[in-house]
Amino acid sequence: MREFISGNEAVARGAYEAGCRVACAYPGTPSSEILENIAKYKDKIYCEWSTNEKVAMEVTSGAVFAGARSLVAMKHVGLNVAADPLFSMAYIGATGGFVIVSADDPGMHSSQNEQDNRNYARAAKIAMLEPSDSEEARLLTKLGFDISEQFDTPVLLRLTTRISHSYGIVNTEKREEHPPKTYNKDIKKRLILPAHARVRHIFVEERLEKLREYSNGFFLNKIEWGDKDVGIITSGISYQYVKEVFPEASVLKLSLTWPLPDKLIREFANNVKEVIVVEENDPFLESEIRAMGIKVVGKEKVPLTGELDPYILKRAFGFSEEIHSTRSIPSRPPVLCAGCSHRGVFYCISKLKLTATGDIGCYTLGALPPLNALDTCVCMGASIGNSFGLELALGDEIRDRLVAVIGDSTFFHSGITGLIDIVYNRGTSTVIILDNFTTAMTGHQEHPGTGKTLMGEGTRKIALEDIARACGVENVYVVDPYNLKETEEVIKREVKRREPSVIIARRPCALRVKPEPPLRVIPEKCTGCKLCLRLGCPAISMKDDKAVIDKYLCNGCGMCKQVCLKDAIVNE
Amino acid sequence: MTKIVICGVGGQGIILASDILSLAAMEAGYDVKKSEVHGMAQRGGSVISNCIFGKKVYSPLIGFGEGDILLAFEKLEALRGLPYLKKDGTMIVNDYEWPPLTVASGDVVYPENTIETLKDKVKKLVSVDGVKIAMDLGNIRTTNVVLLGVLARFLPFKRESWLSVIERRVPGKTLEINKTAFLSGFPSEV
Repeated sequence: MREFISGNEAVARGAYEAGCRVACAYPGTPSSEILENIAKYKDKIYCEWSTNEKVAMEVTSGAVFAGARSLVAMKHVGLNVAADPLFSMAYIGATGGFVIVSADDPGMHSSQNEQDNRNYARAAKIAMLEPSDSEEARLLTKLGFDISEQFDTPVLLRLTTRISHSYGIVNTEKREEHPPKTYNKDIKKRLILPAHARVRHIFVEERLEKLREYSNGFFLNKIEWGDKDVGIITSGISYQYVKEVFPEASVLKLSLTWPLPDKLIREFANNVKEVIVVEENDPFLESEIRAMGIKVVGKEKVPLTGELDPYILKRAFGFSEEIHSTRSIPSRPPVLCAGCSHRGVFYCISKLKLTATGDIGCYTLGALPPLNALDTCVCMGASIGNSFGLELALGDEIRDRLVAVIGDSTFFHSGITGLIDIVYNRGTSTVIILDNFTTAMTGHQEHPGTGKTLMGEGTRKIALEDIARACGVENVYVVDPYNLKETEEVIKREVKRREPSVIIARRPCALRVKPEPPLRVIPEKCTGCKLCLRLGCPAISMKDDKAVIDKYLCNGCGMCKQVCLKDAIVNE
Repeated sequence: MTKIVICGVGGQGIILASDILSLAAMEAGYDVKKSEVHGMAQRGGSVISNCIFGKKVYSPLIGFGEGDILLAFEKLEALRGLPYLKKDGTMIVNDYEWPPLTVASGDVVYPENTIETLKDKVKKLVSVDGVKIAMDLGNIRTTNVVLLGVLARFLPFKRESWLSVIERRVPGKTLEINKTAFLSGFPSEV
């Protein structure tokens, strides 16, 4: 059947068709829709939102031990979290087909860095596949399971934002069943004591050579002969840009990009006058091909940073056309939604002039003006350890005006160990958990605190206050962030306390509840003091020196009413 | 190959408009690709979606100077998206201002006379008050489909196939008003 689907949906479809039985992930842009789409096949594929990427990798690894075809998906930085089991699984191999999906984010549309996860395939010595559109995403996911079983290796399926979130026409096929094999205890393979691992390492190196031979003959590593003056070697989304910008050139399109097909690359290079390598971010192909002694043009022309597109590629090679220019335009950064429950906490942090270590989620937007409420953002869960470190370094200078701010899903993901560290090592930090009952940033996924699984089943709801107390925190308080007075008082009190505290600011995500009627400004009472603008609410703006509330955007949270000193804001 | 850029503000219904456009192109027998960015960009930030159709489509992304048509849901975003339009391309702009927070807080000023500025630069400019049309129909949320109707005037797909895609993609309750919205952008006499 022909369908118009995204790359992520195509990966889900490919996993279904390949007889995948277990799929795990922690959501992260641009990978989140893979598991959301796999959930459509939940009668055939067990699927879950795991607590974090490491756990997701470990759960799928267990299923792989049992011979079940399994898939784990994450964004590029998620693979850092899961790297520990990844490197072990590279030695252990795959009894059942094991596909590990990494969705990288060149251009950093929604990420903290631009790391190129192709380097992981090389470092872990496993096979890597790179699709260049939705149809290939489906096909290579399927083939990934076959390659994994044939060579006893995990397979890294490397996507990028423009593969994950681009749509194309796909030809779907039927599902093939691959029932799990009989489980046999095999400690020499799966219990990697040094003595076992030494033997497995030899296997890994031999496997890489066998994979290289396979890569040389792999039907989707293919030469498209054209004009032989210029030959371009490329993979993934870059292939599409190359075809559009250099329609006449000969192209070597690589789909199995680790290990690289050495013989095929030599054959191609020997038949063209000049070899160009076109790839986004790191010179991954380029450095390997140069190491083979082949002269290429690469990163001296093709940008190292940011995404490519046809225009950027044309410009890199000096034949872009003149374009419309525009003068500087006011920027439109993303903002916390009207009625966002995080706003109350950030308003108080800003008002109290606290130093706040931040974390990963919608609430990172609290760092932007006018709230300017966050000092740092490092990675998932880092706010808590970062806050403790500041306290250790600066002591009393900062102790009474320092908080860590972390979301509910992020706290489950990797905040708990940081909190235990504070209690264990006699810290006094204050941790604010923004509990909006969902993983909001990535599109409202369930998590251990929501009482519901990815497959739609009810489950035990894990309470944040129970965890905080179990970690040894005695001062645990729940506040309503819509109540600014209460929130401010509790934060003010707890930052001063010379013991660890956890404040849970609890309110459902504004996008998930029915809005209250909008508020309005009484112009006669408004003095134009702009105090309400300090909330950074997208529904409030100034018109003729008076505040106005957009009734279509306002969600009736009432925070502006609390902030106004002139009682100029009222309910309709 | 035809390359269409749709831009505007997160929450204006750009993704749905782009979906309908892509499916209409597929219905008409073309190869189609579509690309957009999710996540951080959707929280009231600038949003841009690309749709390309033709006999065979490679890149899902439209670079600067490549768009045949640019459909802007908001005037400031029209200015921002302008470099994507070909020098001789067509721009359809919704005559609507949505000041970003940087303007609302008084830090910067919303550019004046946007439509005139665009007229000077663009070869063919079509300006529509999509919000007013949608409000007259009784639902501001159909602005995206009104604008899609205007875009449809410039594309080689039949009115019936657009409507059949809208029937598939729009939820039951609002289907009728969305069909009316589409036809008010693409009336039969055009």
